[in-house]
Amino acid sequence: MPYRSLYPRDLFAELDRLQRDMQQAFELSPSIRGLGRGGFPAINVGSSPNSVEIYAFAPGVDPAAIEAQIEKGVLTIAGERKPDLPGKDEKATVHIDERYAGRFRRVVSLPEDIDPAAVQARYRDGVLHISIQRRQAAQPRRITIE
Amino acid sequence: MSESNVASIAEAAHSEAALMPPVDVFEDAGGITLYADLPGVPKDKLVLQVESDTLTIEGEVLLDTPAGMEASHAEVSLPRYRRVFTLSKELDSEKVSAELKNGVLRLRIPKAEHAQPRRIEVRVE
Repeated sequence: MPYRSLYPRDLFAELDRLQRDMQQAFELSPSIRGLGRGGFPAINVGSSPNSVEIYAFAPGVDPAAIEAQIEKGVLTIAGERKPDLPGKDEKATVHIDERYAGRFRRVVSLPEDIDPAAVQARYRDGVLHISIQRRQAAQPRRITIE
Repeated sequence: MSESNVASIAEAAHSEAALMPPVDVFEDAGGITLYADLPGVPKDKLVLQVESDTLTIEGEVLLDTPAGMEASHAEVSLPRYRRVFTLSKELDSEKVSAELKNGVLRLRIPKAEHAQPRRIEVRVE
């Protein structure tokens, strides 16, 4: 769903969309994975000297059904979100339909110094938090001068 | 517009910036059901308020962040969600029920007794 903004009236998402349209029009070369924003789940990435932290905002998803995988320096998060809206046969009127429903898949490129064996993943309040340790050798070390 | 109304609008404009959470709203004979995506909001940081005919949903995002973490990419750019709806008079705002699970809020606002459906008979002459 590349053209549906995750947060309606999110100025940044709208600007990204505009930027994407401009890039198409002027044939510039964006990242091979696109701009990313606006997809489900929204992703925040943070880094500390010891780890890389990925937060995927995936509310209302069964944590057991989320697939997270690291392969060749790339993290993939995939799953499915069931619709909460009533079916067509039920006697109900849908007034607003903004929440994402269906299968999703997002890919994040990871830094080179991460240790794929030291990963922790937790799902709380609808946020999947993946913490990946950096390799010891890559951590900055103070050099003592004698 | 009354004075208190003007004051509350000015107050809202001055309060902190927030993301607008996506919602689904549907209506059946008994009332209205609303789902809102509020990922990262724990139960104690969710504030639901019904004041006369205004429903306000507000939540604060709490994430575990290790010490010394710097954000390098943020799509959820603010730690707060807020959305305001105007309710209509046939809804019974006293009987709103709410449930927060896995970052999804489900609100049920029933219709007032007098507004329950009544079949209208169409007469053919």
